[in-house]
Parts: sequence; C-alpha cells; structure tokens
Amino acid sequence: MADLVSHPDEVRVVSKRFGKGATNIDRYLELDGYKAVQKALGMQPDAIVNEVKNSGLRGRGGAGFNTGMKWSFVPKQSPKPKYVLCNGDESEPGTCKDRLIFEHDPHAMIEGVIIAGLAVGATTGYIYIRGEYRYLLEIMQKAIADAYSRGYLGKNIFGSDRHFDIYWHGGAGAYEVGEESALMESLEGKRGIPRIRPPFPAVVGLWGGPTVINNAETLASVPHIILGGADWYANLGPPKNGGTRLFCLSGHLEHPGVYELPMGYNLKRMIYEVGGGILNGRKLKAVVPGGSSTPILSPEEIDVAMDFDSLTKVGSMLGSGGVVVLDETTCMVKFALRIMKFYQHESCGWCIPCREGTDWLKKTLTRFHAGGGLKKDIDNIQYLSENMLGRTFCPLGDAAAMPTISIVKKFRKEFEEHLDGRPCPFEKQGKIEELPVMV
Amino acid sequence: MPDVNITVDGKKVAAPAGTLLIEACKNAGIEVPSFCYYPNLSLQGACRMCLVKVEKMPKLQTACTTVISEGMIVATNSDEIRQARKSMIEFLLGNHPLDCPVCDAGGECELQDMAFSYGAAESKYMEPKNHKEEQQWSPVVYFDRPRCILCYRCVRVCGEGMDVWALGVQNRGVSSIIAPNQDDHLECEECGMCIDICPVGALTSGAYRYKTRPWEMNHVGTTCTHCADGCKTTLGVRRADTGMEIVRGDNRDKSGINGDFLCIKGRYAFDFAHHKERLTQPLIRKDGRLTPSTWEEAFEVIGSRLTEVRDCDGGQAIGVLGSTRTTNEENYLLQKFARVVLQTNNIDHHRTADFPAFVSALTERPEAAASMRDVYNAPAILLIGNDPTEQHPLLAWQIRNNVRLHRARLYVINSQPIKLRRQATSFLQIPTGAEAQLSSFLAGQDSAIDALLSGPTSRDEWISLREKLRSEPGLVIIFGSEIRGSDVVSLVKSASGIHDVKFICLGDYANSRGAADMGVYPDLLPGYQRLADPGKFHEEWGGVPRAVGFTLPEMIESATAGKLKAWYVVGANPVGRLALDPFAFSQSFVVVQDMFLTETAVIADVVLPAANAYEKSGTFTNTCGDLQLVKKAGEVTGTKSDFEIIVRIAGSMGYDVRKLVPFGRGMTADMGQSRGAQSGEVDRHGVWLEASGLELKMSPFDPMAILDEIQRLLPGYAVSRMDLLAGNAQHTALPAGKAGALHDPKLIVPADNNLFSSGTLGRYSRTLNSVIENRHKKPEELEVAAD
Ligand SMILES: Cc1cc2nc3c(=O)[nH]c(=O)nc-3n(C[C@H](O)[C@H](O)[C@H](O)COP(=O)(O)O)c2cc1C
Ligand code: SF4
Ligand code: SF4
Ligand code: SF4
Ligand code: FES
Repeated sequence: MADLVSHPDEVRVVSKRFGKGATNIDRYLELDGYKAVQKALGMQPDAIVNEVKNSGLRGRGGAGFNTGMKWSFVPKQSPKPKYVLCNGDESEPGTCKDRLIFEHDPHAMIEGVIIAGLAVGATTGYIYIRGEYRYLLEIMQKAIADAYSRGYLGKNIFGSDRHFDIYWHGGAGAYEVGEESALMESLEGKRGIPRIRPPFPAVVGLWGGPTVINNAETLASVPHIILGGADWYANLGPPKNGGTRLFCLSGHLEHPGVYELPMGYNLKRMIYEVGGGILNGRKLKAVVPGGSSTPILSPEEIDVAMDFDSLTKVGSMLGSGGVVVLDETTCMVKFALRIMKFYQHESCGWCIPCREGTDWLKKTLTRFHAGGGLKKDIDNIQYLSENMLGRTFCPLGDAAAMPTISIVKKFRKEFEEHLDGRPCPFEKQGKIEELPVMV
Repeated sequence: MPDVNITVDGKKVAAPAGTLLIEACKNAGIEVPSFCYYPNLSLQGACRMCLVKVEKMPKLQTACTTVISEGMIVATNSDEIRQARKSMIEFLLGNHPLDCPVCDAGGECELQDMAFSYGAAESKYMEPKNHKEEQQWSPVVYFDRPRCILCYRCVRVCGEGMDVWALGVQNRGVSSIIAPNQDDHLECEECGMCIDICPVGALTSGAYRYKTRPWEMNHVGTTCTHCADGCKTTLGVRRADTGMEIVRGDNRDKSGINGDFLCIKGRYAFDFAHHKERLTQPLIRKDGRLTPSTWEEAFEVIGSRLTEVRDCDGGQAIGVLGSTRTTNEENYLLQKFARVVLQTNNIDHHRTADFPAFVSALTERPEAAASMRDVYNAPAILLIGNDPTEQHPLLAWQIRNNVRLHRARLYVINSQPIKLRRQATSFLQIPTGAEAQLSSFLAGQDSAIDALLSGPTSRDEWISLREKLRSEPGLVIIFGSEIRGSDVVSLVKSASGIHDVKFICLGDYANSRGAADMGVYPDLLPGYQRLADPGKFHEEWGGVPRAVGFTLPEMIESATAGKLKAWYVVGANPVGRLALDPFAFSQSFVVVQDMFLTETAVIADVVLPAANAYEKSGTFTNTCGDLQLVKKAGEVTGTKSDFEIIVRIAGSMGYDVRKLVPFGRGMTADMGQSRGAQSGEVDRHGVWLEASGLELKMSPFDPMAILDEIQRLLPGYAVSRMDLLAGNAQHTALPAGKAGALHDPKLIVPADNNLFSSGTLGRYSRTLNSVIENRHKKPEELEVAAD
C-alpha cells in the first residue's frame, strides 16, 4: 500500500477520511459517515439530482460530464429495473486515485451508490473493481457486509421503506472494460466489448435497464455534496468545474503522490510546489496532464488551470487526473512506444482502426526506436494516428491516437535524431531511466 | 406512419421511419461501403467502412447504426470520408496476407472490391505480418485466420440465423480470433452459412477450396434435389473428363424463397453426382449377370418385353414405381406413359405425406395452402409434429427468422423436445402417437383430451392453447406426416373459425409434392383427379384404363403371386428404403432407372443409368406447392434423363411419341439444354430424331412441351411462365372440387432423413458421410443458449 502524502494547498473532501481508519464502520460513523444518505432519504429524488447538478460535479472518469445532468436523463418510469454502477476499473496509466478511496473510505463509495440510487429510482448497485486490485476487493466486501449487517443495505434501509442492494464484481484484467458500455457487457458475463450508442446507458444499460454509471471518485464525492450543499461544493472550484479532485502526480518528481486540490489549480504550481519540482533538479521536458490518453503539454504550456474547460482550450484534456511529468532524460520516441504498447495490448480488437492501427504503430515505433526508422515513418506514424482519431468504435482508439499525434508534433526533432540507424540518443548516453514504477 | 425525409449528397430521400441510414442510401442508389453490416443480422459498428458525415455531428457517423431522422443532412462522398474509407482499407491490408492469387475468394472478395473502389494503390506497411496456421474445423469448414477481417458475420449468422451459436471470438485486440465451439473443431449443423457469408477467403469449404477460380466456372441457377423445401441454388460447374463437375452450391444472388440460406445438403451434397460407383452404361442381365450393353440393345429388350406382357397379359400385369426426385414433367410423363402406353393404372411412388387427404380437406378453400414465403411472414405459426431443423432446414430457417425479425408467435406441439421449441411462444409436448386425438381435440372434441394428458402437458395448457389459436388470424398450420387421412380433415376443420388460416403438409423429398400433384397414384390422375372421373384427360390422351390400379403393397402381392409380369422402377429404391423383399419380384421382368446399382437395381433385368436433377431441366414443386425451375448444369457422359428414357421406351414399343409429348406446339425456351450441346447432346438426339422422321429443332425430349400440357390441364399450375423462367418460385393452387382422396394411412412411410442423410442419394455423398463419421455429440448436447 502506498504512503499517503500531503501538502498545505490541499483541500480535503474526498480524501478527508484517508488514513483515519474509516474502513471500520463505527469509525466511519464517527466521521460523519452515512449521514448524507440519511439526509437523502428525506429528500425528493429531483432535489437530489438538482443538488448534484448545481454543485458542478463533473465526472472524474475522464469525460467530465456533469453528473447531475447525467442522472436526470434516467427515465422516471421504466418497465425494467434501474441500476447504479460504480466504475472502479481504474486502469488508465498515470491514474491511481480510486484505489485510495477503496482502501481508505469504502463506505463513502457505498453511500454514494445508494444516494445515486435514491436519485434515479434504482434499488440495485454494482461496484466494479479492477481485476488487479484484488486486495481492495476484500476491503470492499467487508464494507458491504458490514453495511448489510447494520441495515444500511438490504430491505428497509435505515428503517425507511426503501430497499437497496449492492454487489461487488472484480474485473478480469482489461483496461477497455473501464469504458462504460464494455463494463456492462463484462458485468453481464460477456466479452468486454463496447456497445453501440445510442441508446445511452441512462436509457438502456445493464440488462437493458436504465443505468447510471459513474466513476468511483465521482460517486464518493456525492455524500459530501449532499451534506455540504451544492453551493459550498461549486465554490471550491471555478465556474462549471465544481469541487476538488484527486490529482495523481507521478513521473520525474521529488514528491509524487495523490493530492486533493481544488479544480482549476495551476499545473505549474502543482508540479513545482505540490510535487516538489523535477527530480534531481533536472529540466522538464513534457507533461501528461490527465492520464496517458491526453495530449502532452510542452513546458511552455503548463501555466494552465487544471479544470476541464481550461485544458480543452490548450488542446488537451483533464481526463482522469493522472499528471505524468517527464524530464529531459526521457526519450520521447520510447515514451510514445511505451504508450502504444499499452494501447495495443489493451485494444479490445472490435474495430478495424484501433485493432490494426495500434498494432501497426507499435511495430513501427518499436523498429523506429531500435534504430531501424526511416524518415517516412515519422509521417506515417502521424498519418495512422490521425486516421484512427475520431473514427473508432469507442474512445480507446482516440486515447491511443491523441498522445501520439501530440508527441510527433511537439517532438519531431527527437524522432529525426533516431534516423539513419543511429541508436537512441538517450540510451547511448546511459542516461535513460525507466519511469518510476507506480505501485 | 409518414416517411422520414432526409437529404443525402444533395439528393432528397424518403424512407420509412426506423430505416437505417445505410439502407436509405442504398435505396436511393447511393452506395455506402460496409463489411460488418449485413441485413437482418445484429448491428456491429465494427468495420467503420460506412462512416458518413451527418450535419451537426462533430464526428463521422456509421451509417449502419444510424437511424434516419426528419431533416437529416448527410454527405457520403467528401474528401474526409474518402480518406476515412481509404485508411480503413489500409489498416486492414496491413496485416492481410494478400494471397489473392491462390485464395478461394479471389475474384469474388469484398475486400478486393473495396480495395479496388476505395483503397490506396500504394502500401505504407513495412512491418512483419502476424501469421497463424490454417485450421480445419470440420469436413466442411476450414479457417484461415490471416485472411479474416473480423466482421463477425459468421458468428452472427451461426448464432442469430441458425440458432447454433457454434462460432465465437477469442482473445482480444490484434490477437482476436474466430473460434469454433469444440476447442479445435466444430460440431454444428454444417450448413456452411458462415462460409457463404464471409466477405473474404477466411472461411472456406472442404468441397470447393483450391479447386477452381471463380471465373472458370459456369453458374447455373437451379433447385436443390434433396429435401422437400426447394431451395434455390446456384451450381458452380466446371468441365471435367466425365462431362462436367459441380464444385460449388450457393444461392449466388440470394434471391428466391431461401435468400441466403442453404443447408449442408444444398450447399455440399452434390458430390453424389461424381461418385465413382455412378452408372454410365446400361446393364442387361445375361446368363444371370448384369452385363454392360448399349442403349439401343437395352431399349430393344425393354420395348419388346413390355409390349409382350401388355399384349398377352394386359396392362394389369405391369407395375410402375415413380420417383420423388424426378421432375414434374418426368412424373407426369411417366404416369401418362403407364396409362396410355402400358395401359395400366398400377403406378405408385414412395409416399411420405398424405397430400391426397390434404387436397380433399381443402377442396372448399384451395387458396388456404401456404407458401414457403408465408412461413417467413405469417404473424403466427402452429407446428405439429416433424422436426424441421433436421427434416426441413429451410422451413426451420424461415420460422426462426420470422420469430426473430418479425416477432411471430410460434406454437410447437411435438412428442419430442425439438430444437424449434427455443423459438416457441409455447411448446406443448404430446404423447407419442397421440396426433390423431390432438386433431380431434383441436377440432372441438373435448373427450379427445384424455389421450393428450399422459404427457407433461396439463389439461389447462391444452385448453388455453386451443383458445389462443382461435384468436390468431393469419395463422399458418404446419404438420408432419404424423397427421394423415381423416386426421388431416379434422385438423383443417379445427381451424375453420380462424380468419385467413393457411396450411402446409410436410413431405420428405425434393419432388414428393410434385409426384403427388402429377398423379403418380393408382387411383388419382394429375391434379388429384379421381380415376372414376377422368374427364379431360380421357379426351386429351385418348383413353385411360378405368380400373383403379395397384398400390405398391398390392404390386408386391401380385408379383409374389406370379401375376405381375413386369415392373418398371424409375428413380426409386424400394428394396433399400422400404425394406421390400428382394425376392418378391423374382418372377417379374424388372427395369430400374437409377444413378447407382442400388439394392433395387441389383434385382433388375435391365438397369438404365439415369441423370439426376442437376443434369436435366424441368420443374420441381416443393412441399408447400411452390413451383420452381430445375436447370441443367451439365451432364455425365453415358447417362440419360428419365424423360428421354421414357420417351425412348415408348418409341421402342412402337408408340407415336408425338402423342406422348405434344412438342412443337407451345412456348419453347432454353432451359439449359444447350449446355449439353457441348458434350454432344444435340448430335446424339439428332441421330434418333432423323431416324424417327422427326424434325430436329422441336424435340420430344423437351420437358417444356410437357410443362405446356401440365399448365393447360391443371388450373393450379397455370402460373406465370415468365416468372418461372426468371427463377422465381410460383405458388400453385390446390385443385378445387372433387379432387383428392382418403387413403389407408399405412401407405405413408416417412423418409426419416435428418440433416446429414438424404435417402439413397445421401449414401453416395462423401461430404455427408464424412460429417457423420466426424460427429461425436448428439444435437441436443450441442444446444447452446442464445445470448
Ligand atoms: C477506454 C476507456 C477506459 C475507461 N476507463 C475508465 C475507468 O477505468 N474508470 C472510469 O471511471 N471511467 C473510465 N472510462 C470512462 C467511462 O467510460 C465513463 O465515462 C465513466 O465511468 C463515467 O463516469 P463519470 O461520469 O463519473 O466520469 C473509460 C473510458 C474509455 C473509453
Ligand atoms: S476503439 Fe475499437 S478496438 Fe479499440 S477498444 Fe474501442 S472498440 Fe475496441
Ligand atoms: S471469418 Fe469471415 S465472416 Fe468470420 S469474422 Fe472473419 S472475415 Fe468475417
Ligand atoms: S433445406 Fe432442403 S432444399 Fe434447402 S438446401 Fe437443404 S436439403 Fe436442399
Ligand atoms: S458497416 Fe458500419 S461499421 Fe461496419
């Protein structure tokens, strides 16, 4: 388990119970646990939805859609049962925040799921946890069992006339299953392949029923909004970007770790103040602002507010909050290759451009990095990525294409340095370090 | 609902609400390329070939998953779209083996066509290709992974279309691979639908692979010769040293009553035609042994013996057994020959369904016979008896797809848990042999219910089913040979209150219905007209013997008693199929026409090598009464069609063949005979025609001449000749009035063929035999739940 870090700039909302023994249900209750859900039980469903909408909470899974708005798409009446899914498949390279919530505050997840259920009229929730997070499953299982034994789950929760059940499910090791519709296929026992949309999950989701699917952090934020109020939460961040989020700082930093900072926090400050600056005082080369699928930023571009809209403006994305810092010793060709290896391995293979494109790019980048590159390969890498972009069945293809395009564009010179059979300049100088392995 | 209006490339297009954009474009003549989209299968959005620009949408959209909406503005031909298509082809071709020169699909490959239309001439790919060895999954199915473009059509047609679910996808990403249900091989219905639907050469068939290039074949559209459903099929034919070789069967243009569909028999079991035991020379028994001889000698022997028996012992001393696999024209000709030349009504065939009872039950409403197309469109279907999955594969396909695509309600009543129960709204199991009581119960006789209750179905379920059926307008009732004789009449009566109800009576062989319709019965003339009342046939043919003839059992009896002096068997194997005692006919002069030396042929005095239905022209009538064209694909040297043989025997008996075949009067058309010209058919005919003082051009071997007569004398067969010749099934009407008869139900002997057997024919199919040998699991063990 990872050590917890802290920084004075942090505003602790989701992480406020981290390190305080809140996996214990009594301890959780002492720390204001299960108050929000009891408050929600006394509210009209619409009031809950509006509260969340007005809080400006946007999805922490990557796309950043307004959460309350998403809930409002669920039809009131449905012949089929409705569901709430908690997406804890967290697999985006550079992202390691949901696991901390599971580890330190599992009951908050349960609370969030129940509140979402009350808001949309669902009585069943599923918590889907990434397959590699085996050890978290036990924590989650115990939390669910404890909640049942207290009557917080099951029939007549908290003595009310409402019922709610939660099931946990462990993934089988596929990044793609974090994509919402593939996750539902997986839950239904099928191959993890995305579905055609529309219809969207809010209308036709799990087992064909209307379904709310949210990221784990998104759901864990909800109880705080119910207790603290929409205004309080919204005012923590800039307009339309309410609250705080867990930023996962990794790479060549003095103090990597997961920090909870207000939305809109300045990236430069995040790197140099919160993260303690570049490792060993070296020079910054590039930053991945929101998980491996987001376009990289060059050092000139990092004076930017870390919220969804500001990052879109500079041509990147806030994504899942995984900030990866690369210093001057990093070979950008190798970095592009490393990313492409991941996406080639994780592509579900359903659609042609992603399946074939990632494989082709991985092969080309491998050869290129090993010194077998040709000048036209650089254009071809760009060409292939651009032809994947926006044309794949699900956004994984984009996730592979976007960083690649930005790397070639911003670091073309490094690619050229690999040409003519020259070995990788970074390998040669013996300077290359593997990126720190994220535990 | 009014049509939805959209604009595609500036063109106004209207289509019904709910139409997919790709279909709306196609209807407007705008081609949107696709691989994974396939009409009537679930949508995939996987190949991304069909990307188009829909106004107001930031990204390109897949036309195959977009439902049109009012005012939609679509562009299908911008630079962006052309580039998207080109790049998809580039992505695909990257890892593609490009072994087009030896690939079965080369020349008829959708990937080739797309690369030609939309692709790039120059390859950017410089990496090593991913390779995987080719696999054989069954005697029929081979898989070559590198050629697979993962369009998932095979997976869907097997699951959704066939309800077999034997194919799936394994692994992920670039390692994704189509995989069979049994680790390394397939156990399935072997229909080959997956191979047919594969856009490339990834799935190939054991029958066809590496045999030919597509452009080296002749393509002949004809009708399958196996079961009674009558699938349209296109035979791929090549010249061979025996005359011709059929190398492929597929319904190439997807038209006709079966669309894409063919079962294993239609698709692969044409190989009997080239079996090494095929007879190609007449055999005459000399000194107790069947000895090869010439056709001339054979006709002479037969002509003189038959004439002698007829003239000395009378026509009642001659028996004739017709075929369920010969054409309508041959059946008609055969019974006419028996009646007017041999002067006998002793003619019968292997009966597998009670069509005479069916006709007599429906004389009041002859329009109530359903067609094969009705099965696909009916709002509700009641299936009593039979197991169509095994015995009527096309019918089963129609039923399944009607349920899947039109949400038809299917009611199944069977003594066995047949596979179609999976599509059924209700499945009611009936005690074996209780079908008679079922008909009475459905007809309103409540006391009959007791006999139905020893099975697992309760009284309430039976009563509620009867109620439900009464409120199913447009119901199609399909029944197997379990229902015969007066039960057919009660069943028809039971449905008299149902609006627009229709019926199908299931027979077993390709032309079982045709044999019945053409009057291959001792008491019924063509059109089920009773012999007592020969009317126009009497006038037309100049005299029909009045006495009702012998049924097959009566022929046997008469032969055993030494009274049946001659027996003429055309395309039937009663010794092998009906367990007939081979010694029963030891005192008779026996003539057998067949492709093989069957159990019946070995007892014959003369054996004539006959052509099969792929080697001649004419028509077949399927079990629903749909009339279809049979076209000659070619011929095997040394054989003659049954038609020609009958005419020649009549000629050798001194009969004026002009009276038998009124040729030269009606419409003529090339039904594929000319193909035979390549192997000398016209020359051969010419010699005999010259010698007989007949004109060369109008031939008495022209089945069209008999079809003219059939259409003239049977009102139900007066369908559009034009449509027939164009290859469209024409539904015939049942005869009205006093037609039909109630026969002894014991005269019916079901063929009991299953998916992999086809009477005597099937035994000579290498494909069918190897599938049977390679099968380890019973069908029910392979039943997989649908997703
Ligand atoms: C390839 C891919 C992987 C994804 N993985 C995750 C994931 O691990 N966790 C997650 O919460 N969302 C993931 N998402 C986003 C989800 O599809 C979905 O947008 C999210 O769960 C919605 O929750 P939110 O609105 O709370 O962000 C992924 C999306 C894609 C395309
Ligand atoms: S883009 Fe296509 S192949 Fe890639 S993960 Fe999504 S659906 Fe699968
Ligand atoms: S085998 Fe053929 S039909 Fe099946 S997925 Fe591959 S290309 Fe498509
Ligand atoms: S279903 Fe019958 S007619 Fe059709 S291909 Fe099979 S055997 Fe031939
Ligand atoms: S045809 Fe539309 S995605 Fe394949």
